[in-house]
Amino acid sequence: MTEIDLRRRACIVGAFEHPTRKAPDKTSAQLHAECARGALEDAGLTLSDVDGYFCAVDTPGLGAIDMAEYLGLNPRHMDTTELGGASYLSHVSHSVQAIAANKCDVALITLAGRPRSAGGGIGATGPYISPDTPDLPWERPYGWAPAPMYALAAMRHMHEFGTTSAQLAAVRVAASLHAQYNPNAMLQTPVTVEEVLASPMISDPLHKLDCCVISDGGGALIVARPEIARSLARPVVNVLGAGEAYKGYLRGQVDVSWSAAALSGPRAFAAAGVSPQDIQYASLYDSFTIAVIMQLEDLGFCAKGEGGRFVEEGNLIAGQGRLPFNTDGGGLCNNHPEHRGGITKVIEAVRQLRGEANREVQVPGCTLAVASGLGGMIGGRHATSTLILERE
Amino acid sequence: MTTPYQDRPLPGPMLDTSTTPFFEAAKEGRLMIARCTQCRQPHWYPRPLCPYCLGDTAWETASGRGTVYSYSVARRMGPVPYAMAYVRLEEGVTMLTNIVDADLDTIHIDQPVEVTFKPMEDGWMMPMFRPVEGQTDAA
Ligand SMILES: [Zn+2]
Repeated sequence: MTEIDLRRRACIVGAFEHPTRKAPDKTSAQLHAECARGALEDAGLTLSDVDGYFCAVDTPGLGAIDMAEYLGLNPRHMDTTELGGASYLSHVSHSVQAIAANKCDVALITLAGRPRSAGGGIGATGPYISPDTPDLPWERPYGWAPAPMYALAAMRHMHEFGTTSAQLAAVRVAASLHAQYNPNAMLQTPVTVEEVLASPMISDPLHKLDCCVISDGGGALIVARPEIARSLARPVVNVLGAGEAYKGYLRGQVDVSWSAAALSGPRAFAAAGVSPQDIQYASLYDSFTIAVIMQLEDLGFCAKGEGGRFVEEGNLIAGQGRLPFNTDGGGLCNNHPEHRGGITKVIEAVRQLRGEANREVQVPGCTLAVASGLGGMIGGRHATSTLILERE
Repeated sequence: MTTPYQDRPLPGPMLDTSTTPFFEAAKEGRLMIARCTQCRQPHWYPRPLCPYCLGDTAWETASGRGTVYSYSVARRMGPVPYAMAYVRLEEGVTMLTNIVDADLDTIHIDQPVEVTFKPMEDGWMMPMFRPVEGQTDAA
């Protein structure tokens, strides 16, 4: 059965990325609240306008309950969808559904956390994996962690498609070229392929510079019905389509050559009624460089196996490539708050569509963008959430 | 470059009614997989209900032979390097595991491997895989 047409039924009217990358003197709840304040100011709305609240497990307390209290919200619709780093893209999608169903008019989405101040190394996960997670007895004793799990996919990708370490490094290079124009980026110095390859090997074939940053901070989004969006002073960004998917061990028929984005992407494009060729800017989840190459293939920007060459040809670099990506510097260089890049993917796509990206990396006349989120581990079990966004 | 395998301390298994038979068998040197009593499909990781049809499953002893589907030597994820891997078992399921008792820099995709067991806390054992001596890669 075809989906109900939800195109342009809700708009992203507020977007805020917390400028902090290290917040030793703030609580997680405070960061959530500062993000909410920033997004409402950006939208030109106030706290009393919010009647829907969306959050994931990074909220301190019990789902939406404790942050609703802390923020002073009076929501008539709440949603604590938890899909790891993909959660916040799904929150956008679910808020469109809620607005279309008249469950709320103005939805607030928040993400925040402070893993950098709290400690924890490369590829650390959040503290909220329940000890009775059923997969863990057959994962944890083997040293299961994000870096080696992404590395299993990278190693197989190299074996099947001839992808090289230099091609993986080219993802980082493109992100770093963009980050140099972002004064809030954690790492603002451009790097070369040689520097990526010379950085310490973390988990073969992923070097240190194939891994994203660990940062404190967060972000917030406001989604509202179109009548409200058009009454505000900001450019209108429509949610055109959305798709979600899960992929894991395939019941033991493991195939790590593709990600759940191969399912969520086509669902989002079908809902939006556009094709990958129409997209002018892409926010791609970049916890590790291999994730970007696989999303490029799985979302249909190049053929399966061609992702490495697509990147190597410079296609991700603003001002020269066919598909500028992560023009804020992404998780690789700018920000990966609470080990979760989902909300920053949406925020930078909104900036591009509004024409408010940093001048040197703004895509001229950007009217159609994709934001792709991933939660979990691409070489293991994970969820993806894909959004197609449009400048009205 | 060589990266010799080194033992690392493994915490005891996470025991509950779903996992204890697996770890009791591992103590005796047997690798167990679960197969559905209804649709006859094997799956990994083992579950009491079949992820194809939700039928009841039963334990069976696997051959312990397989090939490396993918691997990664984690070099900075703990006190010693270790080789994370997916191994495709002869029974047709692929399991997450470690490759051990080898120069970790010689591990490669399609390499034939066989199960071995490494000690965990409190006398429990965890199945891992080592290269099969003298055997060449599958075509
Ligand atoms: Zn079955």
